[in-house]
Amino acid sequence: MSKAKLMDFEKALELFEPVIGLEVHVELNTKTKMFSSAPNEFGSEPNTNLTPVCLGLPGSLPVVNAQAVRYSISLGLALGCEISPSSVFARKNYFYPDMAKNYQISQYDKPIAENGSVEIELANGRVVHVPIERAHMEEDAGKLTHVGGSTGRIQGAEYSLVDYNRAGVPLVEIVTRPVFGGEADTPAIASAYVSTIRDIVIALGISDARMDRGNLRCDANVSLRPRGTEKLGTRTETKNVNSLRSVERAVRYEIQRQAAILADGGSILQETRHWHEDTGATSAGRPKSDADDYRYFPEPDLAPVEPSRELIEELRAQLPEHPTLRRRRLKAEWGFSDLEFQDIVNSGLLTEVETTVAIGVEPQAARKWWTGEIARIANERGVDAGSLITPANLAKVVALVDEGTLNDKLARVVIGAVIDGEGEPSAIVQARGLAIVSDDGALIEAIDAALASQPDVLEKIREGKVQAAGAVIGAVMKAMGGQADAARVRELVLERASQ
Amino acid sequence: MSDISADTVRHLAHLARIDLSDDEVAHLTDELRVIVDNIAKVGEVATPDVPATSHPIPLSNVYREDVVADVLTQEQALSGAPEANDGRFTVSAILGEEQ
Repeated sequence: MSKAKLMDFEKALELFEPVIGLEVHVELNTKTKMFSSAPNEFGSEPNTNLTPVCLGLPGSLPVVNAQAVRYSISLGLALGCEISPSSVFARKNYFYPDMAKNYQISQYDKPIAENGSVEIELANGRVVHVPIERAHMEEDAGKLTHVGGSTGRIQGAEYSLVDYNRAGVPLVEIVTRPVFGGEADTPAIASAYVSTIRDIVIALGISDARMDRGNLRCDANVSLRPRGTEKLGTRTETKNVNSLRSVERAVRYEIQRQAAILADGGSILQETRHWHEDTGATSAGRPKSDADDYRYFPEPDLAPVEPSRELIEELRAQLPEHPTLRRRRLKAEWGFSDLEFQDIVNSGLLTEVETTVAIGVEPQAARKWWTGEIARIANERGVDAGSLITPANLAKVVALVDEGTLNDKLARVVIGAVIDGEGEPSAIVQARGLAIVSDDGALIEAIDAALASQPDVLEKIREGKVQAAGAVIGAVMKAMGGQADAARVRELVLERASQ
Repeated sequence: MSDISADTVRHLAHLARIDLSDDEVAHLTDELRVIVDNIAKVGEVATPDVPATSHPIPLSNVYREDVVADVLTQEQALSGAPEANDGRFTVSAILGEEQ
């Protein structure tokens, strides 16, 4: 892959106005697939979550999953869309073995939801309204593994293996209208938008929304137009960018790449491009051409979806608070700085912190433990922090710190033990004998022992070198196995020096 | 009159991955033209006050509840495959790309 020429980002913005359009695919976490009662499950043995419908076998008949329709309506409403009184499934015909039946059931001219708007907030505080063109229901495709060749990519493969477990998993595709006026914030708008969509579907509880598993996938359309012109430039579509950071980087890269070509008098080829996380670059894929003639027609096996007004209003009444508004409210309630709050949002632990605070823990303590020790262990083990410990158990640990039974170091040990299934925090403190030694007698004994081996410390403290106490405090903490209140030890050492 | 040309037929044949001889293209061009013209006549009857329909049977909201039912075994699923490997369908090297 040859390295593309890039123009400096600021220079590109001087010459051109970037315009983006985003397509986000959301896999719904229903129990079964969109049109079949096969389980919608990740990580099963290949080709074990299949019914004849998933394989498009002759005589099989797809039937719409009612829950997937309800989820799609809720999502449409959360995106500020109008819900269509009558929406229709359509066949999108193409030849590629990721679908056994040579077409994907999707929606074409009558999607379930249209004309919405999503408010997003950037890290710099700018608020942007992203216009939504439509959200439609469809089914996911199977997964191909390319075998042979040197790279495992399509090019050079000798044959491909197909697992249809994912074929038929319910998807909602959300398509924005062109987003203008993003200027230098354009890459950040793209990632903040995807992040907001993720927050919305998590709040609705309709998707696991894990980008690393492909539950949430983004295709980014980017085009440039010379300053002062009206006509939209030719766009490229960068496919399957699967992390928030990649979305931002891919959009930025395309702006720089296209600007360099246009400034050289070249023209942009309308094509799909692939994002490469390792090189931080996109490469050319399939050119968009007449071959994209999908010959959509209404799916004859499925009847129109016509949700009643009552159902729509019932689902509207159940919508959770919009994530952007919720974040704004919580940040104000907790009195956090931008940085502290961003820390929680970025680690995806807002709900955990919120629940912990609701139990009565100080916001700062809840933030410190979730984004600190618990997130560290989660990182180490490659799991979600929220799955490690309940807010109730964390609240019990924090209460033990507040009452002076534990210091931070011991609290970390207790949290680790709770995570490893050793039981309730207070039971662990008992069983392991972890409480702080609050008996001054035992501390003084340890201090005396430490002073005996470092006799000049008291003299130094008297000369004003208070930091010399550190050596004694360290020795005492070590002797007590960390189970002492360092502040109390320090007090006792200074008291001794002043005698 | 419809604008079905021999090129239209060749394009459709390519999309459907059907190899047609020149004779077949000529023959199908005539046939397709007649079919499209006949369908166009329906448009003359369908005035704007006739609602569009996607389905010949007046049905809507045919749903099933979100409940898992029986699945095929891997062996059953692969039983019709010309070739399988590692529990998966084997297909020849793919020159095109994902859609």
